[in-house]
Amino acid sequence: MEFKVPTMAELMAAGEEPEILFWVGCAGSYDERAQKITRDICKILHHVGIKYAVLGTEESCTGDPAKRAGNEFLFQMQAMTNIEVLNAYNIKKIVTGCPHCFNTIKNEYPGLGGTYEVIHHTQLIQDLINEGKLKAEGGESFKGKKITYHDPCYLGRGNGIYEAPRKALEVLDAQLVEMKRCKSNGLCCGAGGAQMFKEPEKGNKDINVERIDEALQTNPQVIAAGCPFCMTMLSDGIKLKDKEQEVKVLDIAEITARANGL
Amino acid sequence: MVAQILFLVLTLAAIALFTVNLRKIIRNIRLGKPVDRQDQPQKRLMTMLRVAFGQSKMVVRPIPAFLHFFVYIGFVIINIEVLEIMIDGLFGTHRIFNGLGGLYNFLIGSFEILAFTVWVSCAIFLVRRNILKLKRFSGVEMKSWPKSDANYILITEILLMSAFLLMNAADAKLQLLGASHYVNAGAFPVSQYLINILPSSESALVIVERSCWWFHIIGILAFLNYLPYSKHFHILFAFPNTYFSNLEPKGEFTNMASVTNEVKAMLDPSFVPAETEPGKFGAKDVTDLSWVNLMNAYTCTECGRCTSVCPANITGKLLSPRKIMMDTRDRITEVGQNIDKHGAEHQDGKSLLDDYISREEIWACTSCNACVEACPVNIDPLQIIMELRRFAVMEESQAPGSINAMLGNIENNQAPWKYSPADRFNWAQES
Repeated sequence: MEFKVPTMAELMAAGEEPEILFWVGCAGSYDERAQKITRDICKILHHVGIKYAVLGTEESCTGDPAKRAGNEFLFQMQAMTNIEVLNAYNIKKIVTGCPHCFNTIKNEYPGLGGTYEVIHHTQLIQDLINEGKLKAEGGESFKGKKITYHDPCYLGRGNGIYEAPRKALEVLDAQLVEMKRCKSNGLCCGAGGAQMFKEPEKGNKDINVERIDEALQTNPQVIAAGCPFCMTMLSDGIKLKDKEQEVKVLDIAEITARANGL
Repeated sequence: MVAQILFLVLTLAAIALFTVNLRKIIRNIRLGKPVDRQDQPQKRLMTMLRVAFGQSKMVVRPIPAFLHFFVYIGFVIINIEVLEIMIDGLFGTHRIFNGLGGLYNFLIGSFEILAFTVWVSCAIFLVRRNILKLKRFSGVEMKSWPKSDANYILITEILLMSAFLLMNAADAKLQLLGASHYVNAGAFPVSQYLINILPSSESALVIVERSCWWFHIIGILAFLNYLPYSKHFHILFAFPNTYFSNLEPKGEFTNMASVTNEVKAMLDPSFVPAETEPGKFGAKDVTDLSWVNLMNAYTCTECGRCTSVCPANITGKLLSPRKIMMDTRDRITEVGQNIDKHGAEHQDGKSLLDDYISREEIWACTSCNACVEACPVNIDPLQIIMELRRFAVMEESQAPGSINAMLGNIENNQAPWKYSPADRFNWAQES
């Protein structure tokens, strides 16, 4: 990184408060592919001059996979510990690159004492585009490229956010194509509900392969994603189909960072 | 006079039988755990008007939406006709509402057109099910009774509408002949074309008219009593089911209050939890589910829109959200029958999990909410799956090995993967 990513501990020591906390999430912290997305989100925040911070090593799993696997105990332990940290830092607003973290903190933390304004990074990007702070200029041109966007379940159906990621793609002047199953009818990548951490039940096809087949029907150059789990599943699908050279799977944050030359 | 008494007896018996069965179902639903769905009455009312009355979620699939709309609107409006039949039946009158004059002709005319569109729609539905064999109507859970149930409903509706139109045709012909008792009333835009196939003698026509009249009303009373045993129950339960449906974002799962107390006590030893009665975590059987889950099960019309969009089902896995709802209904019906036969304390040693729904099914779910989104009457199969998972994990510690490993990682490393918490911020050091 060309700049230092500020942590909450450092800001607090300096007697400062950030405008927004960037909740990185476990995938964004540890998964190599997702780390790139994390760094691009930081680049965007840094570029537009938003005062932000991350929790760094003080961050912990939101508990989403535990909850969806049925372990409410573990989920609430995680949630309450996180809420203590967040409240101790007087956090008001959170942005996150993971729809699972987003959904959990936004919807399930308030009942346990943690109420924050939570946005997904695609919503932040949409706002920044609307404010004219991000222009899709000065970097890689996506003009005319065929892009199809895969709706993450926990962003789309789970929370009704369909427009923000599409808005971030519209400014690229690219050729946007929708898959047959999109928006509220979108098909899961196969990783939600703790499936990410287990082998799928036996069937005649893996869900991510079904989704990739559908995505490839649109002949895209880029498949846009907005979730680190979807990123893994779609990338695996593309590898399986041996299409890595022709089709790139990119997060909206990566596309935005590239388009703005960050 | 005999006819009137017979009519009264039949009607009362039908209503009594229906009431008994309806009360049983309501009793069964009340076996579920409490959940508060009394908040935001205005929003609930709007949801019901939009989704149940307005059929807003049907339009996703335009062809069945269009056909279903005719059957639905026909059902709602033809009730005015049924009211007239009831009054005529009880008082021995004929076309009691004919005093409405032009309006009456308009009403009868519209009923005829509706009856015809219902007839055609049901015929197309039969073709879709039995000749085109749409994939959505098949599946392991759609064998025997569920399969014939749909056909019985459609055939009954076709017969009822045929009787209604034939009755009108005979009536119209009797009116033309100037038969006594058959007052000049009504307009017959559809049944006029049936007049020629009817006999021409007055007595034969009266027989046709009366037979159809009786067939039509007995059919309706019988159909009413068929509902509690059938998926067709949705015509009644769609309304409360949408009213009491979940208004929160679909991604939000309930925070179990009983767990909150224990976790608070664990994190803060000075915390004294409020006394709560000990209960199970999650659901093993239907009585561990909420009453809304059980009402959902009785509302399900087995249309299979949930299953057709389920990513697990699409890719050949065992999970079918429709089967989850059908299993829940079958099991709660069985529990109800046990209570009727052996009393409330009777245990039959069976449970929803394992005897009806297998582990493989619940673990195949990606919690993507596609089934919830697709349901035209706001049924939530995902909630039932989650409650069964909660039981498997919290009461039995029985989860797939990799899930247990993931849970262990969260517990020990605060991440679902086995990485050190100290490495969590390493991403910032690399370029």
